[in-house]
Amino acid sequence: MSRAGGRGTRPPAPVIALAAIAVAFFALPLIGLLWRAPWSSAWRYVSDRTALTALRLSMVCSLWATALSVVFGVPLAWILARVQFAGRGAVRALCTLSMVLPPVVGGVALFYALGRRGLVGQWLYDWFGVQLPFTTAGVVVAQTFVAMPFLVITVEAALRQLDGRAEAASRTLGASRWYTFRRVTLPAIRPALVAGAVLAWARALGEFGATITFAGNFPGTTQTMPLAVYIARETNPEQAIILALLLIAISFAVLVGLRDRWFGRGSSPHDAVLA
Amino acid sequence: MSLSAALQLRLGTLDLRAEFGVQPGELLALLGPNGAGKSTLLRCLAGLQPIESGRIAIDDVSVDEPASATFVEPERRSVGYVFQEYLLFPHMTVLENVAFGLRARGRPKREARDAAHRWLEQVGLTEYVGQKPQALSGGQAQRVALARALATEPRVLLLDEPLAALDAGTRATVRRDLRQHLATFDGIRVMVTHDPVDAYALADRVAIIDEGRIVQTGTLSEVTSRPRSRYVADLVGVNLVAGNVTDGVLRTDGGAQVVIADAAPGPAFAVIRPHSISLVRHLAEGASARNQWSGVVTELDRLGDRVRVGIDGAMPLTAEITAAALDALQLQPGDPIHTSVKATDIEVYPA
Repeated sequence: MSRAGGRGTRPPAPVIALAAIAVAFFALPLIGLLWRAPWSSAWRYVSDRTALTALRLSMVCSLWATALSVVFGVPLAWILARVQFAGRGAVRALCTLSMVLPPVVGGVALFYALGRRGLVGQWLYDWFGVQLPFTTAGVVVAQTFVAMPFLVITVEAALRQLDGRAEAASRTLGASRWYTFRRVTLPAIRPALVAGAVLAWARALGEFGATITFAGNFPGTTQTMPLAVYIARETNPEQAIILALLLIAISFAVLVGLRDRWFGRGSSPHDAVLA
Repeated sequence: MSLSAALQLRLGTLDLRAEFGVQPGELLALLGPNGAGKSTLLRCLAGLQPIESGRIAIDDVSVDEPASATFVEPERRSVGYVFQEYLLFPHMTVLENVAFGLRARGRPKREARDAAHRWLEQVGLTEYVGQKPQALSGGQAQRVALARALATEPRVLLLDEPLAALDAGTRATVRRDLRQHLATFDGIRVMVTHDPVDAYALADRVAIIDEGRIVQTGTLSEVTSRPRSRYVADLVGVNLVAGNVTDGVLRTDGGAQVVIADAAPGPAFAVIRPHSISLVRHLAEGASARNQWSGVVTELDRLGDRVRVGIDGAMPLTAEITAAALDALQLQPGDPIHTSVKATDIEVYPA
């Protein structure tokens, strides 16, 4: 058990009851899938070419989306946490809007911005011959659009907790701002960075609406696992169940694995500040 | 070859105006109560807080001078800083912490580590090189922080309350060690402290800071023998009265009059020592002491067979009487009381 579950912390009965209902709420759909799964033909569905292609595409795209979220999201979080400027609240709202927006709306908006006739997309196409919609790169763009805010808000919170004293110490030792950022700030916020990246990755992996609107549903190019599950549900419900379980198994394994490794030691950004 | 600062800065409720200089080899202690602006002053010297006007110069080279738009970034000033909480980097080993400054300046890893090792040897912590800072005691962390700051061979060493984070039991030992290690550094040293014992043990000279102003500088004995601030007077345990002298009488800002033996006219401080104050419950006819004030007992503080009596009134004072005298007077907080002091027992000096 974790430290919090020790003696003397027995929660009140109503809390236990309501929490149990919440757990059941999350567990029951999973059990439902397991119950209806066609186990005898499971291997055939999993090793099916369409399934494997969709799985590989999901992995590649979600990891790319995570990487892009980190590369652009960390600097954005740093600016939002540390720099005071007019309209900061508006910028933060804008950058986290896609968390509350229906993903389909996001996909449509991306289309008008980055599509072949879009605001920016037409230049991308005319000048560089780059076309994002209906390509694998488009999937990555759609996933990054919905996933990055999760990283930004997690990292921004950690940067706020870090009050800048460790960085001040670094500066007095002769470290430039950039050296300080790499060698002091980043290690101090590493737990939050990993948590944010995992959240972003999970969001990217499950992304459906923005992907199907912006990138379409082409097997091998843009058909990720969630799309494959959705399509299979129409044509072959048994396969849909197996694919869904596969997706769940992978996500579950990653979340559990990372949790033990990164979050289980009680290390928080705050601990990292004070030696 | 020195450090000079004349600066002005507003920060929240703090209005900082200070001017001072420090010579190489000298250790100046900035002594004052919490919130006086001491740490902010140190941050200004390090470049962690830009000043609004004035000039800070190290070896006659401006590092912060708003008038000429000069501001040298902290990493480009030759300033080492030992923070109050030491702020060792928790994700690095002790050796990496000490090597950090040299690595940040682009020295090769090997060279930086060798130098860090030598510094850790000097502060007697070689057996901790591979440990994380969390494994260190407070005193050890302080020595690592000192080694880390000195490893970059700065011209100026700043120490912010270097002993405040330690518990009382270890403070004396660590203070002695710190004194020893500081002696090996012949640059300019500025230390911030609220503890006069630190200043006494470590500093060559003190500057008393109160409410953003340097109110007095000198050696600690000079400063304490002639207090010029309530803070120092409280420190030494005497009553300090500020006022204006005319015709042998000092009139306080509170409206009380103090008859004094002799002093030049003008603004002055008067020091009244607690044991020179007499207390009576009822005024006797034709009393000889000319300085008599009425007040109310606010607190009684027993220290062995002595009792300090706090008195409020037009002339707020702290008196010190024997326990036997207290018993005879039967004083309780809230009781009215009369105080008197002989003019010859009052020390007066120009403000």
